[in-house]
Amino acid sequence: MPLVIAGTLFLASCKPKDAAIQAAIQAKEPAGIVVSVEKGQVTLTGHVLDETAKANAEKIATAEKGVKSVLNQLTVVTVEKPIVIAADTTLIKNVADAVKDFPSVKADVKDGVVTLTGTVEKTTLIKLMQLLSTLNPKKIENKLTVK
Amino acid sequence: MALQDKYKGLTDAAIAAGITNLAVREQDGILYIDGTANDGATKDHLWEVYNQTDPNFVSGDLVLNVNVSINAAVTKAKVITQSSNLNIRKGPGTDQPIVGKAAHGEIITLVNRSTDLWWLVRTNDGEEGYCYAQYLAPQA
Repeated sequence: MPLVIAGTLFLASCKPKDAAIQAAIQAKEPAGIVVSVEKGQVTLTGHVLDETAKANAEKIATAEKGVKSVLNQLTVVTVEKPIVIAADTTLIKNVADAVKDFPSVKADVKDGVVTLTGTVEKTTLIKLMQLLSTLNPKKIENKLTVK
Repeated sequence: MALQDKYKGLTDAAIAAGITNLAVREQDGILYIDGTANDGATKDHLWEVYNQTDPNFVSGDLVLNVNVSINAAVTKAKVITQSSNLNIRKGPGTDQPIVGKAAHGEIITLVNRSTDLWWLVRTNDGEEGYCYAQYLAPQA
């Protein structure tokens, strides 16, 4: 009987706990991947660049001691999600609204391409680009002179 | 593929920052990166990375469309113009007549944020109309 108890204890101590497995895998996975573990079952969530990164992440988890199974729910970001490009009528209006407070900037819109001319301060350039990038242009042709 | 390599640092930063609904794809020599950031600081960080890869954004080969998620429960916003008052307009557009002004730094009520660019607001004086969302900071 004491032998059986000792054997059980030995087995139990050999089996790393979920939290330890989680920490071990998390430390090996690249940033952006969330690892969760329940009763030795690993779930991976988050974003990865491509299928290779997705497969690698799963390999890392599978190789960890004590892991029973791996559920790979990682999302690949280089997907065929349609690219939305605004119609010129919408874009012209929205670009006009956006550049209103940048008096030294002139913006022309044609076939989805926003062409910027004039001058801009370096610090406000980011602000302007951030604004224009949310308007679904095809392209931003930046010909501004940065002061 | 070359563009994805050029902006790999940016994509990696977006993944590491936990950008949701992230999508990266290339079409006609332009890379499109879409996603939602948890806060403005994360968005600004990605733009800094973009600026390092393509100083002053002169290449015209990337459209970085990252917006900031807003908690639907938020009903107040602060006017964050540089110093001037913020125009309140009858409709969503600078071609619309000005129906009121909100002072710089004033906290106003958000009535409707159904469009990204223009938000329907109400001032403490009861003036109601549309403001350019860029100049409003939602208050948690």
